[in-house]
Amino acid sequence: MSLATPDALNITTKQKLALATGLVGLCILVLALFNINFPNRAVFLAISLGLITGGTILYSREAYLHKLEGIKNDGVWFKSISSRGVLGWALGVVLTVFYIVLYFYPQYLGLGVDGAANTGLIALFDPLSNLLSGNNASQWFVYGTLYTVAILAFGYKFMLKYRHNRYQQLRTASVMFFQTAFAFVIPELMARLNSDDFSLPYNDLKNMWPLNYYAFDQWRVDQFINAQTVGLFFLILGVVMIFVISPFLTYKYGKRWYCSWVCGCGGLAETAGDSFRQLSDKGVKAWKFERWMINSVLVFSVVTTVAVISTYLGYDSEKYWFTKNVFLISIGVFLTVLLAGILYFKRKELNKSAFRGAIGFYVLTIAFLIFFSFFDLSQIKINASYFSFGINQNTYNFDSALRTFYGFGIGSIFSGVIGTGFYPILGNRAWCRMGCPMATIMGIQQRLFSRFRITTNGGQCISCGNCSNSCEMGIDVRAYAQKGENIVRSSCVGCGVCSAVCPRGVLKLENDSMDGRINPTEVLLGNDVDLMDLLNKN
Amino acid sequence: MEHVVIIGNGISGVTVARHIRKNSDKKITIISGETDYFFSRTALMYIYMGHMKFEHTQPYENSFWKKNKIELKKGFVETIDTDTKTLQFAEGDSLQYDTLVLATGSKPNKFGWPGQDLKGVQGLYSKQDLDTLEENAPNNKACNRAVIVGGGLIGIEMAEMLNSRSIPVTFLVRENSFWNGVLPEGESAMINRHIKNHHIDLRLSTNLKEIKSDENGRVKSIVIAETDEEIACNVVGLTAGVSPNIAFLKTSNIETGRGILVNRKLETNIPNVYAIGDCAEQREGGIGERRPIEAVWYTGRMMGEALAQTICGNPTEYKPAHWFNSAKFLDIEYQTYGWVFSKPRENEAHFHWKHEDDTKCITVCYNTVDNTFLGINTFGIRMRHEVFDRWLTEKRDIDFVMQHLAQANFDPEFYKHFEKEILLAYTNKLQTA
Ligand SMILES: Cc1cc2nc3c(=O)[nH]c(=O)nc-3n(C[C@H](O)[C@H](O)[C@H](O)COP(=O)(O)OP(=O)(O)OC[C@H]3O[C@@H](n4cnc5c(N)ncnc54)[C@H](O)[C@@H]3O)c2cc1C
Ligand code: SF4
Ligand code: SF4
Repeated sequence: MSLATPDALNITTKQKLALATGLVGLCILVLALFNINFPNRAVFLAISLGLITGGTILYSREAYLHKLEGIKNDGVWFKSISSRGVLGWALGVVLTVFYIVLYFYPQYLGLGVDGAANTGLIALFDPLSNLLSGNNASQWFVYGTLYTVAILAFGYKFMLKYRHNRYQQLRTASVMFFQTAFAFVIPELMARLNSDDFSLPYNDLKNMWPLNYYAFDQWRVDQFINAQTVGLFFLILGVVMIFVISPFLTYKYGKRWYCSWVCGCGGLAETAGDSFRQLSDKGVKAWKFERWMINSVLVFSVVTTVAVISTYLGYDSEKYWFTKNVFLISIGVFLTVLLAGILYFKRKELNKSAFRGAIGFYVLTIAFLIFFSFFDLSQIKINASYFSFGINQNTYNFDSALRTFYGFGIGSIFSGVIGTGFYPILGNRAWCRMGCPMATIMGIQQRLFSRFRITTNGGQCISCGNCSNSCEMGIDVRAYAQKGENIVRSSCVGCGVCSAVCPRGVLKLENDSMDGRINPTEVLLGNDVDLMDLLNKN
Repeated sequence: MEHVVIIGNGISGVTVARHIRKNSDKKITIISGETDYFFSRTALMYIYMGHMKFEHTQPYENSFWKKNKIELKKGFVETIDTDTKTLQFAEGDSLQYDTLVLATGSKPNKFGWPGQDLKGVQGLYSKQDLDTLEENAPNNKACNRAVIVGGGLIGIEMAEMLNSRSIPVTFLVRENSFWNGVLPEGESAMINRHIKNHHIDLRLSTNLKEIKSDENGRVKSIVIAETDEEIACNVVGLTAGVSPNIAFLKTSNIETGRGILVNRKLETNIPNVYAIGDCAEQREGGIGERRPIEAVWYTGRMMGEALAQTICGNPTEYKPAHWFNSAKFLDIEYQTYGWVFSKPRENEAHFHWKHEDDTKCITVCYNTVDNTFLGINTFGIRMRHEVFDRWLTEKRDIDFVMQHLAQANFDPEFYKHFEKEILLAYTNKLQTA
């Protein structure tokens, strides 16, 4: 493109002021990070978060409220930050470093080790943490607070950007609510209930397995069981969510009910990550990679969870209702019935590669189950230094090795460092698209048993590409729309932005009957009716 | 093996190629002097506005063509010898064909205005035009003002483009209301106001007299015919319609009128030579209410779909079904199904409803003798193609359509619905009429 920056992209004086305001707020955090001791932490924390939020709000109002309602994508591919320019890369590096420190070196954020008081950034958050849960802050509390602030401030921005679009506004209000209430305030308040003989694990109700990969770890299950009726209620609710509530909602509304209305990862992606949605790769190669990757992560996650559970069922069986082998056999039977059902009832909808993939991943999983039933995993020792280039010198039992590796590789590196740190490079949903096992499960269901689809409006598509460009999941929406074919894709999170930006009103997210949901066509509506009949029937 | 050569890699040429490939393994070559790969012309504006990059406007990945054994050739065809079935390229080489499809599209109209070939004066049709605009009007420092001449769909797109870079725009429209040769009065008036709300200097009933040059042969101003007012500007956009791009055929035996003359099977006067898309003109006049030359995306595609059948041995006429079209005027989306003319014709009447926010309206046209629903224009409310297509085929009457309008709604979920309000207005109108 031209060397001269198009002028409209230069921001106004007010926007510069707003940016400066936000940066001052950030500066306070950075100063705290470098151990500047603020006299009244509560006040300075409030000022800092206030300035960051206020700056974002001012900036957004200036950006959108002086213009008529409509699509506001002018210059996205010119701006350095949103087109993988220097600013984009710089932001990517900063975020990545932040995540690495957060996950692996929290002491640099000021986390007090071995009972020592917090210092630096984390100490700055102590007053707020004490207010909510009665405890001092941890690195996770700091992260949770900033995360929530980001969703709220950028959620506001997003709502202004789409102020003509009620679907976008309601959806954003929803993620803002679920993040603030369910992921942040309620769990912190619940921690207040804890006493010496009663303790609930930190529990974000909406965060289910397998996204929450430690949902069924022994310490957690034990805590729930020990926490009397309430604990048992939450444990059972967790299982019901996975097997009943989620499938039901996904059947009715598609996986969007979770991914773009409730989920925290999705919430951040849709708000703070919105400026990067166009960066996702739409190519066929990326799609192929995505399918291998995301299904592998799912298998990995199932295998890890099963390994962890079956191990403690093995040596602690009298404490639980299940024994190890009953558990393994029921999982095996469940998966077999599920797969057989899909292959039989949905055989027409599966192409060869889906068929082969499903069988392959199934066989792999079952092989692991058999392996687990014959060996006591807690007796197999693994030295982590072989897998971590010597960084981690510990020796683990096989199950906790799997668990640790999953937590490290998937939980931290993939979903955190790559998933969010790489927003400005890979787009805002790299984790949701390539990694999230929860999205995989709901996606399989969305593709096969859901009333959700994106309907294409007859022959109206002009192949402009705005839809594909805005799809954060890297779906080539246009490829379907220009054939007059509905979009029924497992990865679609139902954000609705493709529909919003379409200049010809071609796309509509809707829930309707399962019949005719998938409608491949040869000739589009509007042409000779006889020709359409002839060709579309073949 | 039969060699099908297609001149033009736009929607028409590409559609016919894809469908021939689906039905046969003939050798297929697509020629274009414009770009290496098919791109969506309708998306040119979004590149300039920074919504997309050029590569995003290409509907198929570059590997698609090889995978489907469709050969692409970049080059400009200078002459066609239909006796020897040879194409001669400006680059010097030549190519033999067995079957030839002309899908050469349009070019912007120029009406002989003084100064129309100056630097800084341009149309907006091709990728090259877009590159030129990028040079002429990169920002509002290099271009203090642009004048657009011609109030059609491309004109308003160009106004929106320049506006997105804060370049002041004066928009000269010959008619006394925007696009009112096509749009009924209420709609056209609403768009006038919308254009002005975007701070575009819209001048209705205004003609261009001349374009003045500076000492370097660059445009420095334009003069308005009616008032002799001179407006200083750095860019002039000529968007007074398009006409078939057929100049290179003048020396050939292929018969042309305003466009390349074809019959209903899209055959020209020469056997095995066909024409489709913007460049084709129906020899016997327009089909139904359609114009003899249909320069829209959809018709190009439909002609391509039909012609592929003929070329693959299943002779098929171009028989489009109910008319439909769409566009976007700055922030207001427009769709049309069936026929709504700017003024009701004999035995026709319009029902018009406009929302108080002045960004949504509909106009329904019906037959006053038997009340048959004839067509609808809708602004700011998305409607279902499939539903209107069915109602038109079923020849529903206007009452039915007004009562069932909700079935046709295609707006995103949770949008406010206006069907009740519309029905109320409709019933009231009947009572007072
Ligand atoms: C800015 C703009 C916006 C538009 N928006 C819309 C819209 O919203 N909706 C709509 O319905 N329509 C729209 N149109 C019209 C629509 O784009 C055209 O009707 C359609 O592209 C015509 O397609 P085609 O395949 O017939 O020709 P074209 O797309 O014009 O393709 C013809 C190709 O042939 C090449 N060619 C011509 N002669 C030669 C030669 N001698 N040798 C080699 N190559 C040659 C040309 O360079 C060109 O690449 C728009 C047009 C423009 C310019
Ligand atoms: S297809 Fe549309 S709704 Fe689905 S994820 Fe992509 S942009 Fe969002
Ligand atoms: S569906 Fe809409 S946005 Fe997507 S290519 Fe078609 S017209 Fe463009």
